[in-house]
Amino acid sequence: MDRSKRFELLERREINKDTFIREWPEMGLVNMESPLDPRPSLIVKKGIVQEMDGKGRKDFDIIDHFIIRHCLDLEQAQKGMEMDSIRIARKILDIDVPRRSVVKLIRGLTPAKILEVVKHLDTVEMMMALRKMRARKTPANQAHVTNRRENPVLLAADAAEAALRGFAEEETTIAVPRSAAMNALALLVGSQTGRGGVLTQCAVEEALNLKLGMLGLTTYSETLSVYGTESTFRDGDDTPWSKAFLASAYASRGTKIRFSSGTGSEVLMGNSEGKSMLYLEIRCLMCIKGAGSQGVQNGSISCIALPLSLPGGGRTVLAENLIATLLDLEVASGNDAPSSHSDIRKGAKLMAQFLPGTDFITSGYSSMPRKDNLFGGGNFDSEDYDDYLILQRDFLVNGGIVPVEEGDVIRIRRKAAQAIQALFEELGFPPITDREVDAAATVHWSQDMPERNRLEDLKASERILKENISGLDVARALGKAGYRDIAERILEIQKQRVAGDLLQTSAIFDADFQVRSAVNDENDYRGPGTGYRLEGDLHRKLTAIPQAGDPRLIAARSLDERTGSLLIEEIGPAVVGTDRHEVVIGLGPAFGTILVETIIGLSHADVLRELLRGIDEENVKARIIRIYDTSDCAFIGHKAAQLSGSGIALGIQSKGTTVIHQKDLSPLNNLELLSQASNLTIETYRAIGRNAARYVKGEPPFPVPSVIDNMARLKYIVKTTLMHMKETEQVIGSKPPQELRIEIP
Amino acid sequence: MPSPYRDSGRANLQPRKSGYVARDFVLRHTEDVMKGKKFDPRRDYPLASKRPDLLRTISGLDFSEISLENVSSGKIACHEIRISPETLDCQARIAEAQGRFQLATNFRRAAELTRVPDQEVLRIYNALRPNQSTKEELLAIATEFEEKYGATMNAGFIRDAIDVYEKRDLLKKGQSAGENHG
Repeated sequence: MDRSKRFELLERREINKDTFIREWPEMGLVNMESPLDPRPSLIVKKGIVQEMDGKGRKDFDIIDHFIIRHCLDLEQAQKGMEMDSIRIARKILDIDVPRRSVVKLIRGLTPAKILEVVKHLDTVEMMMALRKMRARKTPANQAHVTNRRENPVLLAADAAEAALRGFAEEETTIAVPRSAAMNALALLVGSQTGRGGVLTQCAVEEALNLKLGMLGLTTYSETLSVYGTESTFRDGDDTPWSKAFLASAYASRGTKIRFSSGTGSEVLMGNSEGKSMLYLEIRCLMCIKGAGSQGVQNGSISCIALPLSLPGGGRTVLAENLIATLLDLEVASGNDAPSSHSDIRKGAKLMAQFLPGTDFITSGYSSMPRKDNLFGGGNFDSEDYDDYLILQRDFLVNGGIVPVEEGDVIRIRRKAAQAIQALFEELGFPPITDREVDAAATVHWSQDMPERNRLEDLKASERILKENISGLDVARALGKAGYRDIAERILEIQKQRVAGDLLQTSAIFDADFQVRSAVNDENDYRGPGTGYRLEGDLHRKLTAIPQAGDPRLIAARSLDERTGSLLIEEIGPAVVGTDRHEVVIGLGPAFGTILVETIIGLSHADVLRELLRGIDEENVKARIIRIYDTSDCAFIGHKAAQLSGSGIALGIQSKGTTVIHQKDLSPLNNLELLSQASNLTIETYRAIGRNAARYVKGEPPFPVPSVIDNMARLKYIVKTTLMHMKETEQVIGSKPPQELRIEIP
Repeated sequence: MPSPYRDSGRANLQPRKSGYVARDFVLRHTEDVMKGKKFDPRRDYPLASKRPDLLRTISGLDFSEISLENVSSGKIACHEIRISPETLDCQARIAEAQGRFQLATNFRRAAELTRVPDQEVLRIYNALRPNQSTKEELLAIATEFEEKYGATMNAGFIRDAIDVYEKRDLLKKGQSAGENHG
C-alpha cells in the first residue's frame, strides 16, 4: 500500500502516543452516557426512601444506603426531582440565581438526576458554571514536593521555593514508608520558610497519616479515597462509614481533610457495573458530602488517560469538578497526573479549570522536575513554570502561581536548607554539611545533590515517630537555633490546628495566617463585575514577569554606543542627479544616528559598506541621501529614485528592510523588496547592492538568496514595532532629502 | 455518663430510623454552654482572629498562652496543643449557619472523638472496614463509645453502619452471629 509522507509524519507526533478507543458502554468504558445508567427516580413513603434511580429498597447497595441516609436532603427532594433537568441546568448558569440557591436545590437530587442535569451543559457552559459554583472566591493551587532520593535538605529547599511561588498547599509522599515522618518534617520547615501559612501533607497510609497530623507535622490529608460501586469499595478495603469515621478522626485532631475520587477508578478495577464513569463519580461525590468532608480532589486524578481515551473525556472531567462544587464541596481539580504526550492537548485540558478558576487549579503541580516526582505525577512541572505564568498573564487569570526573581528563590532555598541543617543539629540527626546547603540552593534535581547516608536519615525518621517529635518540638528547636521567624510560623500552624478555622470548606491561609475559606471568602459571582477579579497588587505581580522588558529600553542605544560607528555629515539638500550611472541610496530618518544597527544587530556601518561594495563591483557609482519626510520603506526608495540620475535607487530603513525602486513605478510597486529584515544577512546586502547596479546597467539581476523563517514575525514583531516607532519619531515632514557625506570606519 | 454535647449539639440533622435528614438551621444567638459567652456563628468566623477568647486547647490552655516563650520554657507540651470539643462545636455551628449540615455533623462526631485515644480511634476505624467485625463487636464498640466517652453521635453512626453492613454482608461471620441466626 502507498504511504503518505504526511500521514507517516502525523503518526510520529506526540499526540499519537496517546491511546484512543471507541466506547464500550456495557463494560463501563463510556464517559457520560451508558445504556445501563439508571433513569432518575425517587419514591419516599413516610420519610423512608422506597426507590431511588429505578432501584427498589431491597436492592440498595452500601453506596445507595449511605447517600440516602447521609447526603440526600429529602425536604428538598420533591421540588428538585419534579423540576425539569433542563430547568435546573439553566438555573446553574443563570446569574440571577445565587450560588446558594443552586446548592440548596441540588441537595434534593439523586445521582441519576444530577447526571441528567449536567448532561445538558456543554463545555463552555460548564466552565461558566464552575466560575459561579466553586466554593471559595479566590482561586489557589497546590504543589507536589518530592524527590527520588528523599533528600530532606532538597525537600526543604523545594518546599520553600514552592511556597515563595505562591502555592497554598504542598504535598509530599514517600518512596519507602519509613521516611514518612522525615519528609513531613522537611516539608513543614521548608514551606514555612518560604511563606507562613502554607498547608502541608504527607500522603501515606491512614494510620501513619493520622499520626503525622496528630504530631502537628502536617495540616491536611487528602488520602481518603472512595469509589462508585460497592465491589470497588470492598476491594479498597473500606466502606463509606469507615471513611466517614476517619474523616471525623482527622477533624478531631484539627487536621483538614479532603476526599479523593475521580472517573475511571471503578472500570480500572474491573467493577463498573456497566455504568458511565461520570454516573459512578456522582455517587462518590455524594458519599463524600455525606461523610461530612469539606472537599474533594477529583478530575480523574491518576486515571486521567482513561476518560481522555474516550470521546468527551475533557468535558467529563470538567463535569466532575463542577458537580463537586454543585454539592458545595471544595475542589482540587486534578491536572496532576500526566494527561497526554502532547503539550497542546495538556494545555487545552488545563484551560477547563484554569480559566474558570477552582479552589486548587491542580491537585498537585510538580514543583520540581517530573523525574523527581514520587506521585507518578508531573502533568506540569518546574520546567513549565514560565509557560504557566505567561498563560496567567495572557488571560489575566490567577492560576495560583506568582512570578519570582531568581535571586529571591536562591536566597529562600538556602535559608530553608540552613534551617533544616540547624534543626538536625538540635535534634541530633545526621549532620547536614555546608556543601549540601550550597547545593540545595541552586540544584535542579536530586541527582545533583551530594550523597547522604540514607540509612541514617531513615533512622532519624523513625526517631520522630518513636520519640513523638512534634511540630511544637520543631518550633522550639528552630527558635533555639536562631530561626525565630520560622519557629513562630510553625507554632502558628499548631495554634491554627487548635482554632479549627482551617476545617471549614475551602480553607487556606494567607502569609499572615488569615484564613480564607468559603465562609469568609464565599464565592459571590453573579455575572460581570462580580465575584473574583484579578486586580490591584496581584494583577501587577502576575503581569510583571521578569522576562518582560521595558519597551523604552529595547533597541535604544546610549549616546556613547552610537558615536564611532558611522560619520555622517549633511552637506545640503539633495538634487536630481545627472549621472546616468548612479544608484542613489536613500536612508531612513534614524539610520546611523538614533538607531545604529538593524533588527538582527547588523551595524549600519557594515550594512552600508556592503551595499556600496556591491554597487562598486558592478562599476556603478553610489550617492547617499537621507529621506526625512517618511519612515516607510517603499516611499524612502521611491523618493530616492526620483533624485537618481539613473532612476534607480535603494531605500533602506534603520531596521534593515530594503527596497530597489525605479522612479517611474508607483510608490508601492518596486523592482525588488526584501521585506523581512530579520532574514537578511550581511551577504544579502552586498547582493542587493549589486542588483541595484545591474538594473542601472540594464542587466538581469541575480536572485538574492533568502532564508524562509516563518517564526520571524513572531520573534521580531515587538522589536519591529519599537524600531519603526523610533524611526517615525525622526520624521520631519517639512524637510527635503539631504545629501550626505559618509565615512565608514 | 452524661454527654456535654447531648444538649448543646443543636443538631439539625436529627437521627431517624431512616438516617439523617437535614433541617434548616434557625439563626439565633445562643449561649455558649461552657462559658456563658455569646457566640454568633454567622459573624464570629474566623475564631482565631475574631473570637480567640472562646478558644481553649484540649487541656484548657488559653489560646493566647500558646507562645514560643511558653513552648521553649517547656510550659506547654505537645499533647496539650489539640483542638477542644467546644471549639469543634463552634465550628459545627458555623458550618451549619452556612447550610453545610453534613460538615457540621462531622465536626460534632469529631468533638466526641477528641476524648478517644489515638490508638482507639485507629482500632475502631479498622473495625469498621469490610468484614472486619461481627455485629456484636461493632455493637460493643457503640456501647463503649456511649458509656466510656459519651460519644452518642458516633455510637449512632456505628449502629447505622451495622444496619447496612448486615444487609450487605459486610459483617464478619462470627460464632455469635450464627447463634443469633438460630
